[in-house]
Amino acid sequence: MSATTAAPPAAAPSVPVIGRRPGIATVYRWELTKLRYQKRTYLGLGAAVLVPILFALAIHFRGGHHHGGFAFSDYLSRTGLAVPLVILLFGAIWMFPLIVALVAGDIFASEDHNGTLKTVLTRSLERQQLFIGKALVAATYAVVAILLDGTVAVIAGSLESGFNSLQSLSGTVVSAPKALELVYVSLLVYLIPIAAIVCIGLLLSALTRNSAAAVVGTLMISLLIQLIGVLPGLQGTQPYLLSTQFNAWQGLLRTPIDWSPIIQAVWVCALYAVPALVAAFLIFLRRDVAGG
Amino acid sequence: MTPPPVEVRGLVKRYGELTAVAGVDLTVNAGDVYGYLGPNGAGKTTSLRMMLGLIRPTEGSVRLFGRDPQESVEALQGVAGFVEAPTFYPYMSGLRNLQLLAAYDGGGAAERIDRALGLVELTGRASDRVGGYSHGMRQRLGIAAALLRDPQLLLLDEPATGLDPAGMRDMRLLIHRLAGEGMTVLLSSHLLGEVEELCNRVAIVRSGRIVYEGTIAALARGAGTMYRLASSDDEQARLVCAAQPGIGEVRTDHGKLAFSADEASVGELSRALIEAGVLIHELAPMTVTLEDLFFSLTEGEETAVEAPHDEPAEVAG
Repeated sequence: MSATTAAPPAAAPSVPVIGRRPGIATVYRWELTKLRYQKRTYLGLGAAVLVPILFALAIHFRGGHHHGGFAFSDYLSRTGLAVPLVILLFGAIWMFPLIVALVAGDIFASEDHNGTLKTVLTRSLERQQLFIGKALVAATYAVVAILLDGTVAVIAGSLESGFNSLQSLSGTVVSAPKALELVYVSLLVYLIPIAAIVCIGLLLSALTRNSAAAVVGTLMISLLIQLIGVLPGLQGTQPYLLSTQFNAWQGLLRTPIDWSPIIQAVWVCALYAVPALVAAFLIFLRRDVAGG
Repeated sequence: MTPPPVEVRGLVKRYGELTAVAGVDLTVNAGDVYGYLGPNGAGKTTSLRMMLGLIRPTEGSVRLFGRDPQESVEALQGVAGFVEAPTFYPYMSGLRNLQLLAAYDGGGAAERIDRALGLVELTGRASDRVGGYSHGMRQRLGIAAALLRDPQLLLLDEPATGLDPAGMRDMRLLIHRLAGEGMTVLLSSHLLGEVEELCNRVAIVRSGRIVYEGTIAALARGAGTMYRLASSDDEQARLVCAAQPGIGEVRTDHGKLAFSADEASVGELSRALIEAGVLIHELAPMTVTLEDLFFSLTEGEETAVEAPHDEPAEVAG
């Protein structure tokens, strides 16, 4: 045998000292950095920017004839502040769930796909820290996407139809500055059901370990819930469906403000979000990292 | 007493009906360069994943410097390495990847980035996207990422797999150098030359079970010396060998008879052959390579090899 075995060198020192470990803020910062490098980030944000612009262009080319028969449709050509509200109305069906699912559904699954989960989990980072950091980033992305969409809609709508007062759903006229405030509060209320969608996306991402399945699955669940609400005999479930909560913001556009749909949205969405988030957390915490 | 860098006891991993690791016991002492050797699918990577806390053992325990990696990531303090190929975010540069990992390491890891990149000779390509790196460059970046942790224990899974000859040589030199600096290294491999050159101790694993643990020299001695015999009548010679005490199983190797025997038995055998009228054309000891030993342990019927008692080695079933 031609073994030239290495002689064992001098014994290594004693048990390594446990040093200062990173916190959740570090994870959050780096997860945001990673998001900045990924194309799908810009796909969702691009849609959030493009849709209001296309909407404003559509108003321009329709020449002021808007009789859609839905809330605020008559005001699209009178004030740009109606544009973000109409987009909220229609975006709930698939657009916003899809945008947020692009990140929430991908955030764990892509690490599995790239095999990078094992890379980060063999550093000085507890799994729960990584989970919380990633969940916060998915939520941040949802907030940015919705606020960006709303802001672009306000700007594009105002450029087309002017920054004018808005008539509320109760028929009272709201001044433009007050209407702007209501638009942004509506966007924040809209984030309540969106948060539930994010949690479902996180669950599917951790569960399926497959980005495409998690993104499409999140959207399918969102559509399925809406379908349940229109099925004959199941209309009674509507108050408890996630799809219904997407309209809770309309309570803000009544005089006086109707808080009941907003309060209902909070607890109904929590019924969807909390179990999904807890399940995602437990799956991520206990799972074997065997792939990649 | 300082606990050893790696102490594995009764480690089992089952996936349903499949047993990937079937009761592994091993101890890697401080300063060892320890080879975890076995064919593909023997359970090496699964064992390493359990050692790094990536998967949960079905049974048994792992201790790294006395700490359980299943309980807390604190057990990985002073420990670094990779399983299968090292993986990075392909859309970020090598430098950015290392910055991320250093941030996730905490401590002074970020200050070690330049040195680590220099050590693996990637300084010039650090700002390139990892997606454009060759396999060898990713392996080297994996080593650099491990070194950020200033480890006392390095766990490397097939570090030279997929590298070209020059890359393999460089990887061996690097591991040699790190071991020379006092780092304990546990490396899994199916490349016998790599293990033979680098490691002072080995465990040979087969079907999730360790069939030998100890030094390579002890393994060779435990297997006995092999002899080659060419004679005027091989059939008669085979019968004489089979009847002779102290002669191991006789087989044919390259048209000649081959068997294991101790020196005294070989003397008796030559006398018996002559008495049986068999002329000896050649009777010579064969060089036993690690490859021979490896195949004898990992192919055919499962056997455990006894290490000589004077070696600090043990046999695991």
